[in-house]
Amino acid sequence: MTTDYVRPERRLTPIPNEQTTAFWTGGKDDQLLIYRCKSCGHFFHPPAPACFRCRSLDVAPEPVSGRGTVATFTVNVQPWLPFMPPPYIVALIDLEEESDVRVLTQIVGVDPQEIAIGDPVEVFFEHWSPEGGAEVWVPLFRPAGGAA
Amino acid sequence: MRRVAVVGAGMTQFKEHFDKGIKELIPEAVAEMEASVDKGFERSQIEAAWFGELTTSDGFPSGILADTLGLLDIPVTRVENACATGNDAVRNATFAVASGAYDVVLVVGADKVRESSARSTFWEWGALTRDMAWDFPLGLVAPANFALHAARYLHESPATREHMAKVAVKNHRHALTNPKAQMRFEITVDQVLNAPTVVAPFGLYDCTPQSDGAAALLVVSEDVVDRYTDKPVWVRGVGLGMDRVMHQHKSDLTTFPPTVRAAKAAYSMAGIEASDIDVAEVHDCFTAVELISYEDLGFVERFGAADFVDKDETTFEGSLPVNLSGGLKAKGHPPGATGVSQCVELFEQLRGDAHNQLDDPRYGLAHNIGGPTAVAAVTVLSSIKA
Repeated sequence: MTTDYVRPERRLTPIPNEQTTAFWTGGKDDQLLIYRCKSCGHFFHPPAPACFRCRSLDVAPEPVSGRGTVATFTVNVQPWLPFMPPPYIVALIDLEEESDVRVLTQIVGVDPQEIAIGDPVEVFFEHWSPEGGAEVWVPLFRPAGGAA
Repeated sequence: MRRVAVVGAGMTQFKEHFDKGIKELIPEAVAEMEASVDKGFERSQIEAAWFGELTTSDGFPSGILADTLGLLDIPVTRVENACATGNDAVRNATFAVASGAYDVVLVVGADKVRESSARSTFWEWGALTRDMAWDFPLGLVAPANFALHAARYLHESPATREHMAKVAVKNHRHALTNPKAQMRFEITVDQVLNAPTVVAPFGLYDCTPQSDGAAALLVVSEDVVDRYTDKPVWVRGVGLGMDRVMHQHKSDLTTFPPTVRAAKAAYSMAGIEASDIDVAEVHDCFTAVELISYEDLGFVERFGAADFVDKDETTFEGSLPVNLSGGLKAKGHPPGATGVSQCVELFEQLRGDAHNQLDDPRYGLAHNIGGPTAVAAVTVLSSIKA
């Protein structure tokens, strides 16, 4: 069952670097950009200057569908951060393009009691432009076909 | 390599030591270790020391060890390898003695987790356990990191939250007789299942407490062992295993490859099989980690842990008692001290002196896993020299 997602008042946002800019800002053009190794052909994530499998330096971000399934998840119930009100779902998503390429993210727009391993999910992007920080589009996931 | 033995072992109580600092806990553990040496022992006989400490609140760790013990004429090395620190300190000391470089060395493990508020510890330790850039902003604190594995394990294996709860109930029951344990009270499966959730699927009683404490071992070569005791406990095998740091790079979330690798190395060095182990101290930082570790250590086949628990095989009365000390769950978990204290428990079991004494165990195993499940250490101890 989907629920309405209300974006938090604040979020810890990253400061993108040479490798991570694609992931954190691809959402500006509604694209989830994942690094792929042109030598061995595999996607990999998080982005890095070299493929962690074959160590090739011939790597670059490519757009993916943004669809995937829940590989595993946990529900944080304790108030670890004051501006992240619990409960919230932290999950690893298996990407549709290559199932053992996983993105760590939050799944929102769903009751934490209703989420299950294997559920189809899709990406959406949350735009943040923090004062003194970098402008980013944080990739979050929600149930496929849901409206968060 | 020469054979290596433990001839003395001691530890402080594990608890919230608000009245003591690391500088009080270290000498207390070492004094108890010294008192356990059957034929007596002079501190001046120590030739080198290894100190396992994960975080320090008092400053330079190896200097603090030398200073508080008055060991200013010997080399002291600090070991830090996430929650595998304790058994890695044992491993380093073992190789130093086995090599012939030293005959008598000290191993100490200590940590004061409760220097920090319970709420802030896991954030302060973020850099030790996680890849900060990616996981931290999303709320993947240390318990959540293990919870991702546990959730997938429950999904794929026959294990349920009831099996996890049985581990907590067992370890609390084992701790009842352990004067060093932090949580000496029994709990029920219903209490575990109905406790407040920390990070699903872990409730409060699925999680280790935060603890302060220290533990110490005296490790000597076969050439001098008779000087100290007629009942040595032999360090038969040590192993350390690694894995990729990022969760995103672990293809199977239901097993911890570092444990498999560390156990393989330790069994191989000891010349034994998993089935030879009579008693074990397994890293139960979270209940599900004990279940997964039964499989990774080779005690049961893959996904066999639930059945093993249903048959009560790992209770005091079972075929392979696990965590007779109470484990991390009930004895407590000051990370640097944890692995060393596991060896203290096994030292007593293998010499027939334990609070929860088994009938003549021969082989004991100690196991730690830590960091973002990317490092594990295993030590095999035995009453049999070879």
